[in-house]
Amino acid sequence: MATKEIEGALESPLTIKMKLAWRSFKENWKIFSESKIGVLGLWIVIIFAIAGFIVYPILAATVWKPTLSGMVSYDPVTGYDFTQMLNPAPPSLHHLLGTDPLGRDVLAQLLYSTPREFALGILAALITVFIGTIIGTVSAYYGGAVDTFFMRLADLVLLFPFIPFLIVLSGMIQIDLFRLALIIGLISGFGGITIVLRSQAMIVKVKPFIESAKVSGASNPYLIVNHIIPNVMPLSFLYMMFNVTGAIFSEAVLSFFGLLNIKMSWGLMIYTADTAGYIVGSNIGHYWWLWLPPGAAITLLCGAFYFIGRGLDEVVNPRLRRR
Amino acid sequence: MRKLEKLQNDSKAKTDEKVLLEVKNLKKYFPIKAGVFKRTVGWVKAVDDVSFFIRKGETLGLVGESGCGKTTTGRTILRLIEPTAGSVHYNGEDLLAMSKRKMNKYRTKLQMIFQDPYGSLDPRMRVKDIIAEGLKAAHIGNRKERYEMVKEYMEKVGLSPLYVNRFPHEFSGGQRQRIGIARALIMNPELIVCDEAVSALDVSIQAQILNLLDDLQKEFNLTYLFIAHDLNVVKHISDRIVVMYLGKIVEIASKHELFNNPLHPYTKALLSANPIPDPTIERKDRIILQGDVPSPANPPKGCRFHPRCWLAKPVCSEEEPPLVEVRPDHYVACHFWEEMEKQN
Repeated sequence: MATKEIEGALESPLTIKMKLAWRSFKENWKIFSESKIGVLGLWIVIIFAIAGFIVYPILAATVWKPTLSGMVSYDPVTGYDFTQMLNPAPPSLHHLLGTDPLGRDVLAQLLYSTPREFALGILAALITVFIGTIIGTVSAYYGGAVDTFFMRLADLVLLFPFIPFLIVLSGMIQIDLFRLALIIGLISGFGGITIVLRSQAMIVKVKPFIESAKVSGASNPYLIVNHIIPNVMPLSFLYMMFNVTGAIFSEAVLSFFGLLNIKMSWGLMIYTADTAGYIVGSNIGHYWWLWLPPGAAITLLCGAFYFIGRGLDEVVNPRLRRR
Repeated sequence: MRKLEKLQNDSKAKTDEKVLLEVKNLKKYFPIKAGVFKRTVGWVKAVDDVSFFIRKGETLGLVGESGCGKTTTGRTILRLIEPTAGSVHYNGEDLLAMSKRKMNKYRTKLQMIFQDPYGSLDPRMRVKDIIAEGLKAAHIGNRKERYEMVKEYMEKVGLSPLYVNRFPHEFSGGQRQRIGIARALIMNPELIVCDEAVSALDVSIQAQILNLLDDLQKEFNLTYLFIAHDLNVVKHISDRIVVMYLGKIVEIASKHELFNNPLHPYTKALLSANPIPDPTIERKDRIILQGDVPSPANPPKGCRFHPRCWLAKPVCSEEEPPLVEVRPDHYVACHFWEEMEKQN
């Protein structure tokens, strides 16, 4: 038969799939690249990623290698420069961003923390989105008591004083980076994101294709997994970006209070400078290299993920597109 | 003469054929809720005491104006909406009394073609997954077998099997409706409810789809419940026609009987409103009804059509006319059907 022959000549389903994915990616990229703010955010994230994942390991293996004499160490946690008379020392050729009150290299600390911030932000956001999507779609689909329960729970979580809660919690258990990501992810997963995704799922739920799937004999879990979740997925992805920002920010706040059981992070760098009394009064302008690099890094990375979210918003929400 | 006899025999054979689906006293009331506590303050009687039956292999047209309960009737039969009261017997078994799980098994036999070819296909699914969805839900065949079946049925509805990996937005309205037909057909159903299956399409495409439905009916021995508001479409495809008004059936008759000898004033008015696509014909027999359709939340007492009826007498506003068989296979719900017959 003719169609059989044509079919043989056609590409395999996998290549078609790849091509289709590439095409939709190109289309979406075009829309995304039109939003300047989104592209700016993406560039900032890329620069941070390169610095943290590529530049730091290279530097640590070459320039910042511990010398045999043991006089200068660039280790972000235990390092010390014995050739330096006074600590904290201002930026110099040896220490591009100076040293902290304990004599550790600020740049090394900054770069060392970057991958950890990424990991924390993305893990927390993934957990949030996973929980939020499932609960949002389930409560939208079933409605009734399930819906009421989860929505009132979401109201409760929204009103919850988040940072004070984490402060109290840190007094009771040791919070390391992984646990922090888990806690942030869990708590914000039950909060605002469920409300947004529920409302989106309510729109999808009444679409005719849900009914046509019901006529095909589809069960409720099948409908949620195969029809509703794929249709709210773009929005959950968007909210993931906003949640990365929230997670990094909470981490900075908590380590600034010295409540986390972690070796090094941007918040901890400011905490070290602060507890040593270098961010008080006129000192704040004098010892700028102690707080400006980590502070700027927190602001930039949080902002960058938020900007990407804004750019994605235009891809996901055709209403926002300017054309 | 012999031909006429044969025709009569045919129609008689049809009457004797067995009833596939019987709807009895079907009611669907939607609550009207108001206030802070969502108290029910009234009911919209979308479908109010509707009874009819469909014989195996025939096409039953269901017509009426917007909001008269046609679609609700179709959906209640498939239990997309749970009815308030009544029964739907399919091959002798009551669909409405079944558990959801058992009903899901029956869904292979009862399929539906939807009105909106744009909304009824999930935009994030490939055509093959859309068509095979029912098979997957019913655990029929493995992945490869299902895929082969999808290709086979795509060809049957006039789509190239090369399109299996495409998304719905890559098709035109008519092609999408063909996908919708294929997904219904692949389950090997006995009854297909066509809910305004062609109203969203161009007239030329409508004809294609109607002819396709006709061909498929012959090939697979299908039974259709064809819901539409376009009388020409219904006339083209139906064997018998049910006319609904405000949630009630006013008349049931075979196609020729209904168009030539309408016994309910509403049917007559509806038929006279049907446009004839010929500007040279001047229509003098057009009946223009006075007033609007009353709200189904507060329907008129007695015969629901009496406020707009030109034959109405005091009895009409007091006594509700029952649906009675006045001629063989011709049911009408009017006190004065005999007068109507004289007028015809």
